[in-house]
Amino acid sequence: MTTTEPVDDWAKDFDILDTSYVGDPFGIWAELRDRCPIAHTDRRGPTWMPTRYEDVTAIAHDVGHFSSRRVAVIPLQAAAGEESRRVENDGPSLEYGLPPISADPPLHTWTRRLLLPWFSHHRITAYMPFTRETCRRLLDQLEGAREVDAAVDYAQQIPVRVIAHVLGVPSDMADTFTGWVREVLEFADDQEKRRHGILSLIEFFVAELKARREHPGDDLISELLRTEVDGAPLADSVVLGMAVLLLIAGVDTTWSAIGSSLWHLASHPEDRDRLVSEPGLMPVAVEELLRAYSPVTMARVVTEDVEYRGCPMRTDDKVLMNFPAANRDPEIFEDPDTVHLDREHNRHIAFGSGIHRCAGSNLARMELQVALEEWLARIPRFSVADSKKVTWAGGQVRGPRILPVQIG
Amino acid sequence: MRIRVDPAKCQGHARCIGVAPELFDVDDYGLSSVIQDPVPKELEDKARLAVANCPEYAIEVVTE
Repeated sequence: MTTTEPVDDWAKDFDILDTSYVGDPFGIWAELRDRCPIAHTDRRGPTWMPTRYEDVTAIAHDVGHFSSRRVAVIPLQAAAGEESRRVENDGPSLEYGLPPISADPPLHTWTRRLLLPWFSHHRITAYMPFTRETCRRLLDQLEGAREVDAAVDYAQQIPVRVIAHVLGVPSDMADTFTGWVREVLEFADDQEKRRHGILSLIEFFVAELKARREHPGDDLISELLRTEVDGAPLADSVVLGMAVLLLIAGVDTTWSAIGSSLWHLASHPEDRDRLVSEPGLMPVAVEELLRAYSPVTMARVVTEDVEYRGCPMRTDDKVLMNFPAANRDPEIFEDPDTVHLDREHNRHIAFGSGIHRCAGSNLARMELQVALEEWLARIPRFSVADSKKVTWAGGQVRGPRILPVQIG
Repeated sequence: MRIRVDPAKCQGHARCIGVAPELFDVDDYGLSSVIQDPVPKELEDKARLAVANCPEYAIEVVTE
């Protein structure tokens, strides 16, 4: 089965990169939840896709049967040649993957604990002023324009700068980082581009590790280099994997949430006006926007044959953790396909479920809230300039890549 | 009313402290704990909101 034929039956042959699915997956999910709650495809390898909240969370919690050792929705064929050369030369490589996201316990457990304090609920307040300042500077540059691209010129500019600030890497490299992260995540079927992205990130952080060894600071990477576990320093490959993960994980995901939210407000003037006149609603509205426009789908790999809800899942099958679909499950959320900015009962899983709950969720949430607050304070009236020009990136992370909005 | 957070289920989503900061605190690892026990009458609605917003179903109502 080639991957370019159009989909006839979403239950048996789904294709997450199908253009109409990327543009509007919501109706397909509703159909699947009713007809066939765990869809299957053989495109890009045998894959299952649960669409109900209960199934997605159950699978997320069954770490034994569903491993995180491969979490890419579209598999990235490792740059095997370059990797083994590096390992032969004693240089760090990604031999441990990108812990904790691509790890199971026990590697997952202790690598996650090293990261969590840097992104704790209370620690995030320290990053707020920089985030606000970044948003304001971007909005200054949009001053006077009649039409702006809310994705390219705003949403996509924020998270890379914030995570660079958190990691203590140069924020004047923001565009370069964005390019590399995009190569890894967005060019699903272009292995060359993806390899280039990951190798560039490795090379950059190998140099950062070396620099931090020579001039240690009190930043996250320096701290990881000083950390000992069981009396021994962390392997360079572990620190490298964690640093690469933090840059990748913090970028596309968050700008997608910001961009989707701005798309929603640009195309729903009642909601836009309500948020402008009721700024106190913002925290609840942020959760609702996260629910309705969850950007991230993760994957798991089946570790041993298991029958789940009558589906014969085989070892090495992939399972897509469709958090966005779960977040629109009518069993859990009333009127799920409508955005209710004041939704009170909202146990969404935009940040996942179980032990892999996004470690950066507090940071992401803060960035989304600040980005929307600053935008609305400066630009309270805006609308989609041309809905035909709005394009959505799909695959692992869904968000508007291009979002022309008319100001005023 | 008395509520408790099940530490085995809590994964640090921090929705509880988000909807009811008067009732919960979270530690450096995201683990939540109840900081007012019993729940003051005027905060009972917020307590119920916290229960309803936990994606891990980690908050239980011990006594209504």
